[in-house]
Amino acid sequence: MTNPYQPQPAAILDIRPETAIDTTFRLAWDTPPSPGQFYEVSLPRLGEAPFSISGIGDGYLDMTIRKVGRVTEGIFALQPGDHVYLRGPYGHGFPLEQLAGKRLVIAAGGTGLAPVKPVIQYALAHPERFNGMEILLGFRSPEDILFREEIAAWQQQAPVHITVDRAAPGWPGKVGVITELLPGLDLAPLDQFQAVVVGPPLMMKFTVRALTERGLCDDQIWVSYERRMSCGLGKCGHCKINEKYVCVDGPVFNFTEARWLID
Amino acid sequence: MHDTPSETRRVRLSCEEADILLDNLAAHYRLFAPVRLPGRGRFSDQDAIRYAEVHTVHEIEHARRSHFSPKEILFPVSQTLFYLMDDALQEPQDDPRDMLVFLRACDIHGIARLDDIFLNNGPEPEPYYARRRARIKLALLECRHSLDEHCFCVAMGTNRTDAYAMAVRCDEGQLLVEVRDDDLRPALPASAAPADFTPEFPTADPQPVVVPDADRLQSAIRDHGFFAHPMWADYAKRCIACGRCNTHCMTCSCFTAYDIAYTEQPNAGERRRVWASCHIDRFTDMAGGHAFRDENGSRMRFKTMHKIHDFYQRFGRHMCVGCGRCDASCPEYISFATCISAISRVLEER
Ligand SMILES: Cc1cc2nc3c(=O)[nH]c(=O)nc-3n(C[C@H](O)[C@H](O)[C@H](O)COP(=O)(O)OP(=O)(O)OC[C@H]3O[C@@H](n4cnc5c(N)ncnc54)[C@H](O)[C@@H]3O)c2cc1C
Ligand code: SF4
Ligand code: SF4
Ligand code: FES
Repeated sequence: MTNPYQPQPAAILDIRPETAIDTTFRLAWDTPPSPGQFYEVSLPRLGEAPFSISGIGDGYLDMTIRKVGRVTEGIFALQPGDHVYLRGPYGHGFPLEQLAGKRLVIAAGGTGLAPVKPVIQYALAHPERFNGMEILLGFRSPEDILFREEIAAWQQQAPVHITVDRAAPGWPGKVGVITELLPGLDLAPLDQFQAVVVGPPLMMKFTVRALTERGLCDDQIWVSYERRMSCGLGKCGHCKINEKYVCVDGPVFNFTEARWLID
Repeated sequence: MHDTPSETRRVRLSCEEADILLDNLAAHYRLFAPVRLPGRGRFSDQDAIRYAEVHTVHEIEHARRSHFSPKEILFPVSQTLFYLMDDALQEPQDDPRDMLVFLRACDIHGIARLDDIFLNNGPEPEPYYARRRARIKLALLECRHSLDEHCFCVAMGTNRTDAYAMAVRCDEGQLLVEVRDDDLRPALPASAAPADFTPEFPTADPQPVVVPDADRLQSAIRDHGFFAHPMWADYAKRCIACGRCNTHCMTCSCFTAYDIAYTEQPNAGERRRVWASCHIDRFTDMAGGHAFRDENGSRMRFKTMHKIHDFYQRFGRHMCVGCGRCDASCPEYISFATCISAISRVLEER
């Protein structure tokens, strides 16, 4: 019997700070996951934690990690050439087939941008497979904006709307929560749209509500949930909501399912 | 009941013969059964009844329910997943011997619930559980009647079983035995006298428990805000989030994996998994300080729904097997059985 808890070493290829507390680690990895899946990452004797994929490329994966505790502090102490240990990918990612041919609305709050970034990049790399895309991004402050270079490149290809919760004087952009970006969106014809909403729980709740108020149906909305996870394998119970296990049934859910996940 | 194998043997054993049976079994199996540990109970003058390895029949506690369930044989409180030496992860060797576990009908059903999670949920079976599971045989300890006021196996439909390799009844110092499993039959002493014994099962609970219909409950949750019902606020006042109901439960299967480093040798350590409890703080804590189900009433609600609704929706049978250990262990005298019936009443009143 194979042991699904057995991780594989992955060498760190590159380390790129994004903000004061978030850093992107590029890891050597040959088998690409689907966007939206996650891995359990561990450092022996420090522990294991789940992380999303913020970039997928030939022979590598990117993970954008916030330093919050034992494992993440351990990872932040590493240098290129050092190894972390991965098992996965786990869960169901974003349904690229169901998004194909549609106009996409991507709404991402804070670090929620990390798991949807590969979707955005895929859609921009294959514009013929989609019918356009609007990108809405919310961050706490200008200092919290992730992936600045990539966002600048996206702006050449698609409308990108950015807002921050608060900013020091001199910030030329918008201040306000992400739902304030929605009234300006042209959502016609409605049935052509598919929306992807990822971020902190409250951000998702209000963004989904605003989208349904604008007329989108539940089945046009996709969300990705985070729960404290341990096993990633449907065994440990930490991620259970009602009869669903976020690690195996999610983390990406269609809102027809997610609306019943009441915690 | 299913057909019993044609080779089933039913015998009456004297005390000495019963110990010969156990000796013979012990040549191949480690034997586990509930035993009485004097003075180790919840209060200093009480005995604890727990699962332990046994060698003689008189060690087996026949009359009372074990405080902790037999799940710890398959799913230990703490289990090493890997030894961590520098950068190497080494899987530990598990004891390779087969096991025979003496347990009640409700607990036999409980093992089927653990199988649902550890073998059938998620992408693949859990090897640590699966290895032990493949090595155990089940010996039914007959309950002709409910063991005490906390039992409600009849309400949960877990009072009967035929999923056992052998069954025993303690009868005035003698042992009535039914052996169905080919591997176990040779262990019977040659002198064993034939007897007319098939196990009986309880047919009524001491206190009636009404299990709510899972589909009506789902509609109450989805359409009528049942999670906001005042009954949960009531539990918020009473439950102290000690987690005893979870740790004593036959079917609670949650765990947390974490790493340790040995203090005397920091380049070595272990990745372990330990029982976790949805009633205890930090079960859902996330980075950034967010937690779900902050107060104890919603934790009671979460556990209850798992036991009599969520699991059913996923696997087609209830997780709770009515063993009564949660009620027997709660320091606040919160009764899960009462809670289940109260839910049924709320659904009726709507
Ligand atoms: C599907 C998924 C994807 C994730 N993707 C990312 C990502 O791309 N980038 C990122 O920085 N973080 C991500 N996280 C969160 C990350 O797993 C946690 O921050 C993790 O706790 C960090 O481990 P640590 O040992 O450094 O922190 P710890 O020392 O374990 O704890 C720090 C804090 O995190 C809480 N916590 C502990 N374990 C978990 C857990 N398994 N999940 C959530 N919170 C936990 C603790 O209660 C504490 O409040 C993701 C989580 C999930 C479930
Ligand atoms: S919830 Fe209570 S009665 Fe049901 S299986 Fe667990 S301990 Fe036994
Ligand atoms: S044993 Fe009783 S007090 Fe303790 S967590 Fe369970 S319900 Fe709450
Ligand atoms: S993370 Fe263990 S069950 Fe989902």
